Order: sequence, then C-alpha cells, then structure tokens
Amino acid sequence: MSRGPTSSPPGTEDLLRALAPQVLSAVIRRGGDFAAAEDAVQEALLAAALHWPREGVPASPRGWLIQTAVRRMTDQIRSDQARRRREETAARQDVPDAVAAGRDDTLILLFMCCHPALTQASAIALTLRAVGGLTTAEIARAFLVPEATMAQRISRAKQRVKASGIPFRMPGPAEWADRSRSVLHVLYLIFNEGYASSTGPDLQRVELSGEAIRLTRAVHAARPDDGEVTGLLALMLLTDARRPARAGPGGELIPLAEQDRRLWNRRLMAEGVALLTGAMSGGTLGQYQLQAAIAAIHDGAPRVEDTDWRQILVLYGLLEQLTGNPMVTLNRAVAAAMADGPEAGLKLLDAVSDRLAGHYRLDAVRAHLLELAGDRAAALAHYRAAAARTTNLPEQYYLTTRAARLGALTRNPGQGNTAAGLG
Amino acid sequence: MTKFLLLTSYAGGAGNSAPMMDWDAEDVEAHVEFLRALNKELSERGELIDAQALTGPELARTVTSDGAGPPVITDGPFPETKELLAGYQMVDVESQERAIEIAARVSSAPGPGGVPIQQRIEVRQVMGTLPGFEL
Repeated sequence: MSRGPTSSPPGTEDLLRALAPQVLSAVIRRGGDFAAAEDAVQEALLAAALHWPREGVPASPRGWLIQTAVRRMTDQIRSDQARRRREETAARQDVPDAVAAGRDDTLILLFMCCHPALTQASAIALTLRAVGGLTTAEIARAFLVPEATMAQRISRAKQRVKASGIPFRMPGPAEWADRSRSVLHVLYLIFNEGYASSTGPDLQRVELSGEAIRLTRAVHAARPDDGEVTGLLALMLLTDARRPARAGPGGELIPLAEQDRRLWNRRLMAEGVALLTGAMSGGTLGQYQLQAAIAAIHDGAPRVEDTDWRQILVLYGLLEQLTGNPMVTLNRAVAAAMADGPEAGLKLLDAVSDRLAGHYRLDAVRAHLLELAGDRAAALAHYRAAAARTTNLPEQYYLTTRAARLGALTRNPGQGNTAAGLG
Repeated sequence: MTKFLLLTSYAGGAGNSAPMMDWDAEDVEAHVEFLRALNKELSERGELIDAQALTGPELARTVTSDGAGPPVITDGPFPETKELLAGYQMVDVESQERAIEIAARVSSAPGPGGVPIQQRIEVRQVMGTLPGFEL
C-alpha cells in the first residue's frame, strides 16, 4: 500500500494513517470547513509520504502535517488575506498534544463521516479517506470501481456534509445512540466488504478488514465502556481469526463446517474472547455482542462436532428478537437443525418463507436441511433454485457443485450419504 | 453497492422502430444529448463505471472454436440484427430499485419528434463477492 512514487518505509505509512484524523480535526478547528480541510490534509499526507523517507521524519510529525495542510488550505483562500494571516499565525503556534482530545477527535470525525444524511456507500468512502487516511485511488481499488467514480462519490459526500451544517462536535446525549449506531454499522460494513473479498487473489486491494479493525480499535480506545463498540471489535477479531482457513488454494469458499481449524488465529481468538467477556458482564446486550458471542462459540469448538449448537440457538433467538431480521431466522433455523434435528429447522424456515420469498439464501438453507433430513430430491431442487439466483460467484460454484453431487447420488443411490456442510 | 449492466439492443420500442440513420438530424442530436446528460448525472453521483456505444452490426463478427482447428468466423450482416447489443452502461448503485430507475430513464430517451422510444433495457446484476460474516 504505497502512497507516492517512492515507497515509504512501513513505519511512515502507519504513522501517517494514525495521525490523519487528529490532523484533520486540528485543521477544521483552525477555521477550515470540512471539505476544504479534508482536501488539504490529503495533500499534506501525500507531501509527507514523499518527503519524510528522504529527509527524515520531523520532530513533531503532527505539527508538520497541520502546518502543511493549513498552508495548502490558505493558498486556496488567497482572496481572504486577513483570514490567511490569522490561520498562518495559528499554524505556527505550538500544537497542544492531548492524547484524549485526539481520541475524541477521531470519534467526532467518524460521526461526521457516518452521518445519516449520507448514503452508506458515501459514508464508507468518506470514512476511509478522512479518518482512515487512505487515498482515493486506494479506496477505488478496494471497491473495484474507477478512481474517477470514487472521487465523485467522495466529493459529493463532502458537499452533503457541508450542506447539512453538521457542527464539528460530539453529538448530544439525545442523538448519541442513533448516531453511534450509524458509525458502528459503517465500520461493520467496511469489515464485511474486506472479509467478503479476502478469498480472492487480488493483492492490489487495500486490506479493508484490517482497516475496519484499526478504526474500531480507535473508537474502543475513546469509549472503552461502550458494550456495543467492544462487541463489534470482538466480532471482527473472532471472525478475522478464521480467515486463514476460509478459502482453498484456488480461492474457493470453504464453509465453516469444513475448515481446517488448526489454521485459525489463536491470538485473535483470545483477544476477541477477552474483550467479549468484559463487554457482556455489564449492561444490556446489543446485536454486536450477540454476534460476537456466536462467533466465539464456533471458535471455541476444536472440531465441528464439538459445536455447542444449543447455546448458539439461544443466542440467535435473542438476536432475532432484537433485530427482527429474517436473515437471522435463517441462521437460527440452521442452529435448530443442528441442535434438534432437521425437522425443527425446516419448521422455522416456514415462518420466514414469505418474507424471504425468492431469496437464494432461503433456498440454500432449505436445501441443506432437506439433505440432512434425507430428502434428496427436494434438496436437489432447492440447491438448483439457490444456484440460479445467487448473486456471487464462489457461492454459485459451491451450490452448483453441491447440486451436482446430490444429483449423482439421486441417480445412483448406492454411493451412500455425505454429510451436508453448512453454508 | 452493487454493479449492474444496463444493455440496450438495436430493437426499437413502442415509440419508434426506425433505424437512427432515418431520423432527422435534430432528433438524433436530441437523443444523443439526452443520453450524454444522463451519463453526466450518473457520473457526478459517483454511480457510473462505464458507458459505451458499440460499432454497428456491419463490423460484428461471431467466432466459434473447438479448441483444435482454426476458429469459425462469421461476418455480418446477421439475420437478427435487432437482437445485437448497441451499447451498455455499467453502474454501481445502492439497490436494484436504483438500477431499474436508471434503466427507465434510458428507455425514455427521445426518438423522432421527441417521442420516448421506450426501448427494452436489460438490467443484469454483476456477480458480487461473498457475503462476509458467516452468521
């Protein structure tokens, strides 16, 4: 992940990305509007990536970046001479280096970038650039769109932030819950995008899961007592721990039930479990804590047959009550099938078959459960229906293979049954 | 975000079925301007990945091969020219609803006399990546 024509030593890149939100906050405080300040900080980061490896990192990297960014910004506002003088004077002043303020600044910026007025795609792009310190080109590559498309998206998002007149401060207690939910959801989506694409051999893509974890760690550092923030961080770590086992050599999807669990990352698992234990001991349970708890149970099973499905079933029940999301019901159906037999799972599917009619995941889960129940003909029909409607290639391959295998067994029943994996 | 390919063929629609070369110049101009403005709008919204018009059926070739012998190449003109692709837009949008909304705009592009052509636009979702969490 290199920023300029000369590739920076790894330390510089990390330092720049860590400083990006603090520098941006400081520049906004010096009178810049968000959009102009954000452009100026990007330029300052680029300049640093170019100069520091050759000339050495300045004594106060943060001060250097703020000064450079303010200078760039004031260059843009030549007509306003008085303002320029004022800002340059401010830039020369020593920068108070308060770590606590820096943490809150990252949070305030996240609240701006994840404002409900923005579409999710805009919020994601703006967060990665303004808080994550990624370049537009890197974000564009991560989402497989041309740089010009991503540049438009970011510029539009910034205009919208500007137009909405969001003040640069922490949201008040009345709106805190809603606004922090938006922030966590955007971080969740960034992680998910990275995790989803991590099976491909595409080395050009920025590592989005790692970026989401880094940003969530920053939020956790600012709000260590928020159970949902901790829950989300734990969920990311517990999920990321399985990444090494998630894809075969050709990038093909390996479902959880068939993964080589020796490849799972113990260090991430331990950290996730420790965070989760702390979070769940206090206050009410939120959706991220519940998801993390489910991930922890999977991670804690040395073999798939050791999985505590009954506990997973209970957790999915709580998650279903909390979110009302029919996709959660699909997962609860799988857990019910594993805990109490396929009939119990199939019964649960009937409850959501109207709401999820035509969705391939419903067919995929039904196919699995029918296969477990020994109804090969019906399972085959649902695998085929799922394969025809899926919207992603690895899953289409998986479902098609499953259907083909079952088709062969249906024609030639002497070959015996193979255990159905979980999708 | 999800990518969709919006495909336009040479078949006309309820509003017009005459080939564009038979239109009046100003009608052609209005049609092209309509699509240019639409693409500009999509581009400014950060939704447009690519938009291209294809060269005509006269330059089209079809190719088949058994992997061993030389390929079989067929030159136009083809009997079912109307089914051939005339152009496409690749968009990256929030939802299928938004892709359909854009396709409807394309379909309403003006033909002769400013009458919307009402061409049939094929909306095809591009295969995406996996859903992330194994919930």
